[in-house]
Amino acid sequence: MPVAKNLRSIGRRVVSAVWRVGLATRFFLLTLAYSGTSFRRFHLTIKELFSTGVMSLIIIIVAGLFVGMVLGLQGYETLKRYGSESALGVMVALGLVRELGPVVAALLFASRAGSAMTAEIGLMKATEQITAMEMMAVNPIARIVAPRFWAGVISMPLLAAMFSAVGVFGGYFVGVIQIGVDEGSFWSQMQAAVDFREDILNGVIKSFVFGTVVTVIALFEGYDAPPTAEGVSGATTRTVVTSSLAILMLDFILTAIMFRGN
Amino acid sequence: MERTTLDLWVGIFVVGGIAALVMLAMKVGNLGTYNVSEAYQVHAYFSNIGGLKPKASIKSAGVLVGRVTDISLDMERYEARVTMSLDKRYQFPKDTAAKILTSGLLGEQYIGFDVGGDEAMLKNGDELKMTQSAVVLEDLIGKFIYSKAEGSTN
Amino acid sequence: MPSKSLVEIRDLNFAYDKRPVLEGINMDFPRGKLIAIMGLSGCGKTTLLRHIGGALKPTKGYVKVDGQIIHELDQSGLYAMRRKMGMLFQFGALFTDMSVYDNVAFQMREHTDLPEELIHDLVLMKLHAVGLRGTHSLMPSELSGGMARRVALARTVALDPMLIMYDEPFAGLDPISLTVVGDLIRRLNNALGATSVVVTHDVQESLKIVDYVYFMANGVIVAEGTPDEIRSSERDFVRQFVHGEMDGPVPFHYPGGDYRQDLALGV
Repeated sequence: MPVAKNLRSIGRRVVSAVWRVGLATRFFLLTLAYSGTSFRRFHLTIKELFSTGVMSLIIIIVAGLFVGMVLGLQGYETLKRYGSESALGVMVALGLVRELGPVVAALLFASRAGSAMTAEIGLMKATEQITAMEMMAVNPIARIVAPRFWAGVISMPLLAAMFSAVGVFGGYFVGVIQIGVDEGSFWSQMQAAVDFREDILNGVIKSFVFGTVVTVIALFEGYDAPPTAEGVSGATTRTVVTSSLAILMLDFILTAIMFRGN
Repeated sequence: MERTTLDLWVGIFVVGGIAALVMLAMKVGNLGTYNVSEAYQVHAYFSNIGGLKPKASIKSAGVLVGRVTDISLDMERYEARVTMSLDKRYQFPKDTAAKILTSGLLGEQYIGFDVGGDEAMLKNGDELKMTQSAVVLEDLIGKFIYSKAEGSTN
Repeated sequence: MPSKSLVEIRDLNFAYDKRPVLEGINMDFPRGKLIAIMGLSGCGKTTLLRHIGGALKPTKGYVKVDGQIIHELDQSGLYAMRRKMGMLFQFGALFTDMSVYDNVAFQMREHTDLPEELIHDLVLMKLHAVGLRGTHSLMPSELSGGMARRVALARTVALDPMLIMYDEPFAGLDPISLTVVGDLIRRLNNALGATSVVVTHDVQESLKIVDYVYFMANGVIVAEGTPDEIRSSERDFVRQFVHGEMDGPVPFHYPGGDYRQDLALGV
């Protein structure tokens, strides 16, 4: 019976997916429970901040600049038709602060820092470093996972803010310096339309949520990876795919909650 | 504690991130231009507010003087009650009129003040008696067609 | 009062999903001795070590270390017990994100409040004991396989454990490194007054250094004795293993169907 067989394999996949969600949640709660070390010995977290945050700086800044420049160019072409080029600043800033900053920065973060985290922890597991740590009576979740988690959670909003800030300058560069939109109206209309609480803080909250989710997925996939070369490479791919999907879905949900009725 | 170059880089990263946030707040957002603490509230009734939204700007002679804080429907008068928060630095006579205007043909709607000549100034909680509602494009077109039709029968 | 044996294993049984891995194992590791557990790959040697370290729970029987039954300890009791144990992993399992120095200092920093100057001296002493004091600023990726194993050894004995476990310490080493590591295992055992267990399939090297040997096959103990007894053993399995003969009780061929039939299928 091929139909029954297919149904059964679908069912099995669904069950195992739900199972993994449960496992990941327990892993997340364990990480929170064992987070004391990350703050008591903050230099552990600082070390991870370097490899997640600082190492992602260049890609975030370059990407932010170009995204802002594209927004400036496209926005100008569209707004010109309605004679409202002066709203270019509004368009660039709102697009970046509300959506593109948090989302694109999180996607880049997932593929730059998230995949590196998964590969590193997966390899640590494959080379028995995690078992070794357990045998030394040191909890690997407290010592390895939690500092990386907090580094991810802290760096994501900062990276998203830098992405948006650089992007606004990219839009300014193309719109004002290259094309010649009026500088005064570019900034003043932007300031009039972008609200600190409504737009900027909500963007920060978004990137905070994305940072948490991406980091948990990356760490869980690494910790859960089969200790082989294929296991680690598969886990790395899954980190990028799963966290990208999670970012986009969560973005829709958060946007619906935050900006409804405006 | 020992200082390492790693700490320096992390410091640069954190300071850069916070600077970006501050830049967004002050330069991109409205935190630098608009301070709620030094404001006073007035309100006005409009028979139709059109597309006016909370946080719309209030301008006098084109200068931003405050923002709309709340819009609700008054159930006794069946009119829109618009609460406005005005900057303390700007004082207006009591007989100032509020008009709902549109910036550009399709732009945002805002409230414009026509300054009156009264000696007394507006205080916190006062009402602007003279208002002019939003121009609703459909009504305008309807009137135009109606007058055309009337004209053509004669 | 402490018993003569540091580790007592009594009627230890363990199964993965009903597939038995260990069956009725009885062992005694006397204090101060160097014990070898030998056998083919997959015969349950590593599983046995994991029971001693408390990473697995037996389905029947128990492992007693220093008078305490391992699987009955709670988390903090187990962690306290593990501080008194050291384990050397197959390929060293050095922490790749830390320097050699930090690797050896790891347990001292995690488990003690020693001042950094004292840790510095201790680390250099441990590294000196394995002959690698000069490598302290290198990263594990800059070490050769044999050097990594010796650094891992220094890390294992960082807190002077009473029980040291070695999981395949000779795997993948060149002949010189092999002799060096074997010699270090013996010397560290004597110098620290520790009890050591070596899990290995390297017969010649381990017979040179150990005090007592257990032979395992398919989850049971098939032979035991001192190195001399093992060398002169007449039992088929031990003979095949010690002398590395190709065929014997352990067949060359994995069980399969009829050879001629298998080939005919391909035509």
